[in-house]
Amino acid sequence: MAQADAADIAPEMQTERNGRLTTADGTPLKAALRRAERRRKFAAFLLVTPLLAFILAFFVFPIAQMMWRSVDNPQVVRALPQTLEALEDWDGETLPSEEVFAALHADFMADVGRPRAEQVMGPLAVRLNYELSAARSAITRTSRQVADFQPPYRDEFLDAHRLWDNIELWRVIEREGRPLTSAYYVAALDREFDSDGNIVLRDENRRIYVQLFIRTILMSAAITFLTFALGFPIAYYLSILPTRYANLLMIAVLLPFWTSLLVRTSAWIVLLQQQGVINSALVAMGIIGDDGRFSMIYNMTGTIVAMTHILLPFMVLPLYSVMRTIPPSYLRAAKSLGARPSTAFRRVYFPQTLPGIGAGGVLVFIISIGYYITPALVGGQSGRMISNEIARHMQQSLNWGLAAALGTMLLVGVLVLYWLFNRLVGTDSLKFG
Amino acid sequence: MVSKLKLLGIGTAASVIALGAAQAQDPVSLTIVSWGGAYTASQNRAYHEPYMAENPHVTIINDDGSANALAGLRAQSQANNVTWDLVDMLPSDAQLACDEGIIMEIDHDEMLAAGPDGTPASEDFLPGSLGECFIPQIVYSTVLTYRPGAFDADNQPDSIEALFDVENFPGQRALQDRPGTNLEWALYADGVDPDDIYDVLATPEGVDRAFAKLDTIKDHIIFWTEGAQAPQLLADGEVVFATGYNGRMFDAIEVEGMDAAIIWDGQVVEWDGWVIPAGGRNIDAVMEYVYWATDTQRLADQAKYISYGPARASSAELVGEHADLGIDMGPHMPTNPDNYFAPIVLDNDFWADYGDELRERFANWMLQ
Repeated sequence: MAQADAADIAPEMQTERNGRLTTADGTPLKAALRRAERRRKFAAFLLVTPLLAFILAFFVFPIAQMMWRSVDNPQVVRALPQTLEALEDWDGETLPSEEVFAALHADFMADVGRPRAEQVMGPLAVRLNYELSAARSAITRTSRQVADFQPPYRDEFLDAHRLWDNIELWRVIEREGRPLTSAYYVAALDREFDSDGNIVLRDENRRIYVQLFIRTILMSAAITFLTFALGFPIAYYLSILPTRYANLLMIAVLLPFWTSLLVRTSAWIVLLQQQGVINSALVAMGIIGDDGRFSMIYNMTGTIVAMTHILLPFMVLPLYSVMRTIPPSYLRAAKSLGARPSTAFRRVYFPQTLPGIGAGGVLVFIISIGYYITPALVGGQSGRMISNEIARHMQQSLNWGLAAALGTMLLVGVLVLYWLFNRLVGTDSLKFG
Repeated sequence: MVSKLKLLGIGTAASVIALGAAQAQDPVSLTIVSWGGAYTASQNRAYHEPYMAENPHVTIINDDGSANALAGLRAQSQANNVTWDLVDMLPSDAQLACDEGIIMEIDHDEMLAAGPDGTPASEDFLPGSLGECFIPQIVYSTVLTYRPGAFDADNQPDSIEALFDVENFPGQRALQDRPGTNLEWALYADGVDPDDIYDVLATPEGVDRAFAKLDTIKDHIIFWTEGAQAPQLLADGEVVFATGYNGRMFDAIEVEGMDAAIIWDGQVVEWDGWVIPAGGRNIDAVMEYVYWATDTQRLADQAKYISYGPARASSAELVGEHADLGIDMGPHMPTNPDNYFAPIVLDNDFWADYGDELRERFANWMLQ
């Protein structure tokens, strides 16, 4: 289009007095060309707009919203504005004064007057309970009785629920009385606030996530290595076959790709369970005793086996596409120059497959780090991954803030790994197929 | 005169049109969310199908989303796009949703049918079952089930203690992957009286005690997540004990013919029922449906298809035989006196308060 415009303009070019080239209507040529170029870019931009809008609406926006949720903390501020104000002079050591309790009463009464859908004590109760057990009933029970409270309010509150007597509750209210919080990240790192407000490690019996992150990374690394060890020979074999047979075999590789994930996972349950095909065959052949059946599923082994199978095509495809482009003559040349087959493979062939290995490795690792259906079905207790905890908080405990914090950490972790990979290997050399 | 006649004519025409509109009501489609599987099937046969037959303008669409009902209700409410008309959920979640104002408050005597003898609904429903926003349908229980074939005929388990006795009853055990029920049973098997369980569990020592008891069977546990997994693990012979919902176990044993038996000792009893999402599009149609579907006869009807006890006292005597199998449903009800000898009534207030903390502790314990 720009070329066409330029061609139209060209015959009518005129030279103005100051020597600059202009078009027929007198605009400088440079500007006219720039406008034509801008129009072309705009047209190109219009073409990608649907995709861009899609990515913004369904990818960038939800992720941003999810990340925002991990620090968003409106509940206390919204529900207890007067209490927070009264708490400003509180010493943090003794039970707050009657004045604070009066403010608390006022906040509760304000909520009683609101229409149900706008009430804020419910969300407050849920929020506080994440930080302190039984805070939920302290809020809900008080809200039911508060209309009958008579001054002095302090005794009325203490009668309504024992937790109002607990300094911990007041510390939580003061600490979380800000619109943004770090509490979800603190919890996601297995830490908590002590009585002085310092961040300390949790009790050993409540630490979950750090350990699970480490396990997830180790398991993903193991799965990546296994797909590589299994996928490399397959891809090599495919690449040296005539195209006809290679395509046929490729279908065999892709077939599991086209089957439902649940079907494939259930098939592994049938094969691997203690009364399953493999164990029963081994018992029938007398290799193991009936009480010596292997536990191959509902543990880490189950997760690794099933996920390796499921993710294998993601390794084979990039490897295959790279290997197809390596001319067989290179290997022949190496051999004719005196290299033994193993040396020729190691020094000549293998280095050329590295872009494929890198691409397959990054793909498999990143996919497996966020996997959750397979570990949930066959992982038992030792084969669970961090994404199972995220799903649990999204669906069961409904602590979306914590789920968002864990999700954000996972996302940042993956980005850091990708950045590291880029620095060490370089994404330019990746070949995804 | 002419104008009078004209007026009369118009008036008649208008009233005829109005009458016609009232008779041929606008078609309504109600999206009803429930638990899927045998449970939704029982609701279909006891409530939905008869209701649609009586009210041809109503179409009922089932949605098996109850497992994540609270998350769904919150999402729909936040997006201001409530597509669910009626949701089957647990009372603990219903209380949370009620406190958050995303489901409707229920005026029990106004919105629910009275018993056949005129007892108001608030007295006819079993004590403690009605919630501010919650209309119970059934009593269900989580029970321990075992495979009789796995043990000698003279050494069959009959109590929760057997679950923790790996010496006399060796083999894998399938437990749900959350603390509820498991901690209660650990304390019960450790000698705590069913009535005191939640008092003990509210103390740090009590929690330690429960986990110490669970430690004794830790190497013999397979965890299940979805309700259908527990009977499957039993049927596959993968485990000798499994915990599960009594209705699903009934279905697997009586309908599917699975070789298993229920231990009613220490059954953990809970309600399940309807809530109406606030801001739905068909509130009036839903209220009509709920009024009908929770009356005495309808609740008794559901017990023909699944072994959950009706939540109305007046329904109990109407419970008869299973619609397909012809067996008497009475002995399979959790509330039958023969089964209800040592029940643990699930304390939703306790779990609402301590659930966050105990779930973390339990997740940590599963990891170790």
